[in-house]
Amino acid sequence: MSLLQLKNISKIYGELKALDDVSLEVENGEWLAIMGPSGSGKSTLMNIIGCMDKPSVGEVILDGRDIAKESDKGLTEIRREKIGLIFQQFHLVNYLTAVENVMVAQYYHSLPDEKEALEALERVGLADRAKHLPSQLSGGEQQRVCIARALINHPEIVLADEPTGNLDEANENIVIDIFKQLHNEGTTLIVVTHDPEVGEVAQRMIVLDHGKIKTDRVNPDFGK
Amino acid sequence: MVVALLAISVGAAILSGLVTIYYDVPRQMGAQFRNYGANMILVSSGTDTEFDLDAVQDAVSLISGDELVGVTPYRYETVKIHDQPVVAAGTDMNGARTTSPYWHIEGEWPAEGQALVGKTEAEHLGLKVGSTFNVTYSGEGDEEVTDDFGTDMTVSGILETGGSEEDYIYISLDELEEIAGDGSLDIAEVSVSAVKESLNDYADRINNADLGVSARLVKRVTSSESSVLTKLQALVLIVTIVVLVLTMICVATTMTAVVTERRREIGLRKALGASDGSIIGEFMGEGVMLGIIGGILGAVLGFVFAQFISMNVFSSSISFRPLLLPVTVIVSVAVTGLACLSPVRSAIDVDPALVLKGE
Repeated sequence: MSLLQLKNISKIYGELKALDDVSLEVENGEWLAIMGPSGSGKSTLMNIIGCMDKPSVGEVILDGRDIAKESDKGLTEIRREKIGLIFQQFHLVNYLTAVENVMVAQYYHSLPDEKEALEALERVGLADRAKHLPSQLSGGEQQRVCIARALINHPEIVLADEPTGNLDEANENIVIDIFKQLHNEGTTLIVVTHDPEVGEVAQRMIVLDHGKIKTDRVNPDFGK
Repeated sequence: MVVALLAISVGAAILSGLVTIYYDVPRQMGAQFRNYGANMILVSSGTDTEFDLDAVQDAVSLISGDELVGVTPYRYETVKIHDQPVVAAGTDMNGARTTSPYWHIEGEWPAEGQALVGKTEAEHLGLKVGSTFNVTYSGEGDEEVTDDFGTDMTVSGILETGGSEEDYIYISLDELEEIAGDGSLDIAEVSVSAVKESLNDYADRINNADLGVSARLVKRVTSSESSVLTKLQALVLIVTIVVLVLTMICVATTMTAVVTERRREIGLRKALGASDGSIIGEFMGEGVMLGIIGGILGAVLGFVFAQFISMNVFSSSISFRPLLLPVTVIVSVAVTGLACLSPVRSAIDVDPALVLKGE
């Protein structure tokens, strides 16, 4: 059974259909890129997969649970236990150090463990910057802290929203390399992006247009 | 947060200070009111009872020593000075100093062989400080004069009160006895530093003790005292409530600003899995800490504030009430907690999908 199943979901705001009868399955360990122009429904789809919103119609089955039927409390629990979020704006707490930012996610999940948080930072190559504040880190380094925070609780899905949108090419490559490494370790990755270079390195890519899936294709060159 | 802490500290200081004053005002005002004269009088309870110094002493022994400011017996007799009838009041001069501190005397309080003469009577008789006069007693009705040669006395001072006291001359009880012979007291003035309810209680005790003495309250004094106290305490209470409401508004405004400023962080925490309970706990925890720290600071500052007011208004120090510290802290925490309700509500309403969105 697929890790994530979206069955005929629609999100309707008044007369507007942000998502229109979308069905999608994501397998465990898959690396999926979601692409499309502005207003195509990418953000709405990401919010639903990230358990920050619910569809107006349809079912969203994540690890056997229909999140469309969950209460706000249930969605919070699923988010905490199963989702790791990576943001375009990084969203680090500016008065906490890099390692403390990683430990924030642990705090709501289980218990903060500095050693484990340091290991997560080491995994993204930032062990030596652990005690720095976000203002002392470059954009690429902040994004890597954000990735370490997303990984710290070993989520079922890592969901990244325009993860390279604020990065230069060098840092973009670093982030892509981390994604490759995560995929090789079996992590399920869903990346929402405008950037074709980021989309094309994924194992599979869907393109949204006016709330519908216009293209769904597997990357033939993946892994080469 | 510093603004919120300052607001709570100031609010708690005013609460603590005003409550201290609220409870100390009756004592302070009682002492002030004692400057306006006695608030209880003792008279004979019947025609066949002996109203003397012993009876007065028995009666005042029923009043707490801490609250008894002074007692002054008076015996009035009509005497003659320069062949003019004058009312002489025999009294205890030391007692009169305590029960009638408002008396203004030009000259000195009288010693033996001296008299205090009311201003009206002094003008009528042409007496001045240092003048000597002869006092004779004409007796009541057709009684004979007890001492044909009279008693020579010196005016030690002229009494000014603006009241009926200016119509009398004041000498010691012993000297009046020498002039007019034995006789019973007419009245005794008692000054008690107590609120109206306690005064009523003391009067009832004296009246029920069957001492031949009847106690009555001087309504002019006790009613004014009670009325001023009630109004003053009501004023203190209203000011305290207004200050607490203003504190609450200030804290609520500050906390709302804090929540608005931290909307992204709140959204992030919710996206990372923070429950509503966690968000409530974090903000209420900050509120409670502000309340505790502000309450302790305020209680200390409030005592200093109350001491300052007391020294400047009543010219006496105020005692620290230990119970006021926990009460101030509890009220501060409650006020902060109430003030945090609305900001916390808006914190848990933060939609992570909206505040974390893109650009």
